[in-house]
Amino acid sequence: MSVPSDLLYTKTHEWMRREGDLAVVGITHYAQDQLGEVVYVELPEVGRSAGPGEELGTLESVKAVSEFFAPAGGEVVEVNERLNDEPNLVNDDPFGGGWLVKMRIREESGLLDAAAYDRLVAEESH
Amino acid sequence: MHRWIGAGPEDRKHILSELGVDSMDRLFATIPDEVRVDRLELPGPRDDGSLLAELEQLANGNVTQDEMPSFLGTGVYRHVEPAVVDAVLQRAEFFTSYTPYQPEISQGTLQAIFEYQTIITRLAGLEVANASLYDGVTAMVEAALTAHRVHRGKRNRVVVAETVHPVYRRVLATYTEPLGLEVVVVPAGPDGRLDPERAAAAIDDGTCCLIVQSPNFLGVIEDLAAAAEGAHGKGALAVQVVTEAASLGLLRGGGDHGFDIVCGEAQSFGIPASFGGPHLGFFATSRKYMRQMPGRLVGQTVDTDGRRAFCLTLATREQHIRRTKATSNICSNHGLMLIAATVWLELLGGGGLGELAAACLACSEDLKRRISGLDGGWRLAYPESSTFNEFLLLGPGSGAELRDRLVQEGVLAGVPSRLWGGGWPDGLLVAVTERTTRSDVEALLAALGRVV
Repeated sequence: MSVPSDLLYTKTHEWMRREGDLAVVGITHYAQDQLGEVVYVELPEVGRSAGPGEELGTLESVKAVSEFFAPAGGEVVEVNERLNDEPNLVNDDPFGGGWLVKMRIREESGLLDAAAYDRLVAEESH
Repeated sequence: MHRWIGAGPEDRKHILSELGVDSMDRLFATIPDEVRVDRLELPGPRDDGSLLAELEQLANGNVTQDEMPSFLGTGVYRHVEPAVVDAVLQRAEFFTSYTPYQPEISQGTLQAIFEYQTIITRLAGLEVANASLYDGVTAMVEAALTAHRVHRGKRNRVVVAETVHPVYRRVLATYTEPLGLEVVVVPAGPDGRLDPERAAAAIDDGTCCLIVQSPNFLGVIEDLAAAAEGAHGKGALAVQVVTEAASLGLLRGGGDHGFDIVCGEAQSFGIPASFGGPHLGFFATSRKYMRQMPGRLVGQTVDTDGRRAFCLTLATREQHIRRTKATSNICSNHGLMLIAATVWLELLGGGGLGELAAACLACSEDLKRRISGLDGGWRLAYPESSTFNEFLLLGPGSGAELRDRLVQEGVLAGVPSRLWGGGWPDGLLVAVTERTTRSDVEALLAALGRVV
């Protein structure tokens, strides 16, 4: 499974990439693989504030619906509108075009680095 | 505790202690005193023969719609009941099955639901319909909750026309009160329609929807285009509720006027009045809101061999998958009633439904015209307003008095307009259908002539 080394991760399988004082958020390759073909993404409203671990929206696949969570506390400043028409980007390009939201981060703690996340996935897949 | 045998005293004690209450009285403490029964004063045991005879005697005290010319409506209508509806309904494949837990096994049921959904979307003028709800009342409440979800729970006001059936509004209050939603009722204007200015004043930025019934409780056809505009101007959803679905054979559904949700009662489609149920709630909306729609949805697809097949779709929104996070707690549908309605509608066809609705309108217009020529204080409450098959008739006395005096004259002439309250004139709501015969009409007019 691909786990890019320049990203931070959560135990709930989100990734986060810092870009200045903003962070891009998505779900990992492992998460999209577990979820299956994503058919609908419910995104939060721009301006929405969330604490670390708070639910931001939902991902609906052909077999399940699951929530995704804020990897760190902050405010949603942009959502990936492309997902309205192309939800499959979450599957096809989870670390790129399939990003979910951009947040202005106010607080973060307990994020995992790539190695730690890799171990978590290895444990979960057993 | 045995699975099939009710709880005994020891079991009850155990259950109560698990629940952390010390008595049954404490357990039921939330039930208000005035509706609680302390002790049932039942007579002693009887044999079934004599009991049935007594029940029959009691029942004979009722007047049924088969015994007198009937003009009763207000949400339940007596339309044609072709024998074929019951014949199809009673086939074991349909009659005995609950919505199966592996639904795709029952392709026949799914196909019937799919056809029903298709018909409802066409009548409503919208893109998606669900596989039905319990009745028109719950369908309307679910529409309000849908609008609330669409606005992510941030708009907590529901604006509803007073001309929406009072019983429907009561159930709306029951559901919305514990959710903290505010219901604002907009009174009718002097023409028996929603007052557009007062509606505009009631709809604010915190309003999730405007609910309008058309034809409304008073029988009057609302200005749907204006209502939709008023709601959308403030970003609220426009919801049409229909309690006489036969009107959709003649009148365009709200979707064609820009409404976001069209819902209501489909009892008129081949389902007997019964005792006020079981009836059939229908619900249609646009594609945009389909994920916030309550209930099941059947889709058409192809199987592995490329043949047409039907499946439940968007089920991931539902309770069995999403648990507490489900879109709504509706996780079933009124399958049997839906099949009755579908058979009825397909038997009539689009043209037939149109003819049926036209017959209702013609009969109503004829009756209104003849009543206008009567002496004795009989008059129409809203002579200038358009109606479909029901209208408010005023006469020499209150609605309840008129009803009783006309029953004495051998006619079930209508439902008192203030039976459930309301700020409109006190008279009789008189409904006709294609089943209203010439002799029914003559009997009513003769009776009206005798009640002065």
